[in-house]
Amino acid sequence: MGSTSIEGASSADRWYRIITTACALSIPLLLGFIALQVFVGAWPAFEKFGLSFLTGSTWDVGAGEFGAAPMIYGTVVSSVLALVLATPLALGVAIFLSEFAPPWLRQPVAFLVDLLAAIPSVVYGLWGIFVLLPVLREDVMPFLATTLGLGNTPLFSGPAYGNSMLAASVILAIMILPYISAVAREVLMAVPRAQREAALALGATRWEMIRDAVVPYARSGIIGGIILGLGRALGETMAVTMLIGNRAELSASLFAPGYTLASVIANEFAEASTEFHTAALMACGAVLLVVTLMVNMIARWLVGRVAREGR
Amino acid sequence: MTVPAPRLSTADRTPSQDTVGALGSIEAADYSFWYGAKQALHQVSLQIPARSVTAFIGPSGCGKSTFLRSINRMNALIPDTRHEGAIRLDGEDVNGTSMDVVQLRQRIGMVFQRWNPFPRSVYDNVAYGPRINGTGSRQELDAAVESSLRRAALWDEVKDRLRDSALGLSGGQQQRLCIARALANQPEVLLLDEPCSALDPIATQKIEELLYELKSEITIVIVTHNLQQAARVSDRTAFFYMGRLIEVDATQSMFTSPREERTEAYITGRFG
Ligand SMILES: Nc1ncnc2c1ncn2[C@@H]1O[C@H](COP(=O)(O)OP(=O)(O)OP(=O)(O)O)[C@@H](O)[C@H]1O
Ligand SMILES: [Mg+2]
Repeated sequence: MGSTSIEGASSADRWYRIITTACALSIPLLLGFIALQVFVGAWPAFEKFGLSFLTGSTWDVGAGEFGAAPMIYGTVVSSVLALVLATPLALGVAIFLSEFAPPWLRQPVAFLVDLLAAIPSVVYGLWGIFVLLPVLREDVMPFLATTLGLGNTPLFSGPAYGNSMLAASVILAIMILPYISAVAREVLMAVPRAQREAALALGATRWEMIRDAVVPYARSGIIGGIILGLGRALGETMAVTMLIGNRAELSASLFAPGYTLASVIANEFAEASTEFHTAALMACGAVLLVVTLMVNMIARWLVGRVAREGR
Repeated sequence: MTVPAPRLSTADRTPSQDTVGALGSIEAADYSFWYGAKQALHQVSLQIPARSVTAFIGPSGCGKSTFLRSINRMNALIPDTRHEGAIRLDGEDVNGTSMDVVQLRQRIGMVFQRWNPFPRSVYDNVAYGPRINGTGSRQELDAAVESSLRRAALWDEVKDRLRDSALGLSGGQQQRLCIARALANQPEVLLLDEPCSALDPIATQKIEELLYELKSEITIVIVTHNLQQAARVSDRTAFFYMGRLIEVDATQSMFTSPREERTEAYITGRFG
């Protein structure tokens, strides 16, 4: 009897191993399969345009000319700017919640911040059109350009239409804020009490404790949260498409309309009739995939390096 | 059950001559402490002479850590706590309005049961206190780091790896690093809460020797469950039981002829 049950256990063990291994394998396989399909679909565009698909700045469907540089630029710039805007705020919220908020306030505020992540992208887009754009056009952009006198600098020059790289970045910043802040809050709260007490017992003020013991201890986790936010921002489509202006032009000004890889796919895929147009959109998808993977890899490397330094 | 106030030995009332005037004497007067509704300390009155080693012993949960952490106000971090009575450092109420808690904690170093170095270099750990307390120049910092590590009997072991992470040291070394880190603030008092309970006998012995060296310079208060350790390192011992101070006396008298029955029961191992 004993041996039967042991054999039963070992065969159950084997099945368990086979099934979990299969599950684990299916994920890289799926990833590889999707990537393969995208690259196969994109191949005619890469073959025809070569490197100029990445460097060319003319996207003319009628003329059959496809250069995705404005979209690549727009994707990267809007996401990075969103990160720059969102990170300080998200860290502020996280530090407030983990270190300063009275317990009764902690849950409700954390819940509200998390709720930001539950708002559908298209609702953000609508809000952006009806609330954010007018504010940007009538208040923020004139303030930056005229009151602060930044209008002559390349970043803030040109007419204030509203629809712009800036608008897309602001909406992205709001959208990724809950991700960054949730991760940061978690890791800050996970900093051992012993670390806090070590700093305080040495005569650190509360602020010094946060700066020197809490944040550094949580640093790699915080960076992980920021990267997570960047990943979200790069691929975000709907709200950005509604606000960025969708113009395939390279412009240094944040007031000017732009385009992103995700937006151009969403806008043009339904109407793509020629082989090369479809392939060019597929190629945009491929580039987005590669950029996202690269960002994630750089992020992981950074987190790993920080974690190693922390040791 | 009423517990009589602890009887103080003569040594309590007339501190020996060489401790008079020295900085680092601690005195508790009817000090009580509550966690929420739960009273953890009941009217503790106790004198800790400067430049001596005082051991706190007593069964688990009797309030040793609570009292220790009241001295440098670490308990104030826990929400919903309160106290009555006073603890004085050199005659000054540690909870008084004129007492700056940051300065208080610079004057009173603390070492915890579980060593807790920052995940930084050995040097940065020791330099932390002087840095936040305004020691700017590189030379001063270097000197403070070296002398603190020497006082913690760690210099020879780490002098070639000051830039390495503190977390790469052995447990005993990390605990001595924490002592060095506390010493770098030049405290008058060093509080240690079961500093050796997670260390092997050799590492423990090193720390005990170190305390012996240090007591000519600063006041040391150590919580320990190890009665042999209390007997080895301390000049005086205080026995706590259920939130009350039962007896405090010179260690030798306490261990050879305790005056209280419960003390005797505890040190002879009949309970606790
Ligand atoms: N943060 C806290 N909140 C509520 N009660 C606490 C807290 N810390 C300690 N206590 C309670 O106060 C009493 C005294 O605890 P304390 O830690 O001072 O005992 P101790 O003598 O140090 O014990 P040990 O030898 O186990 O370390 C215990 O009953 C404990 O449960
Ligand atoms: Mg304790």
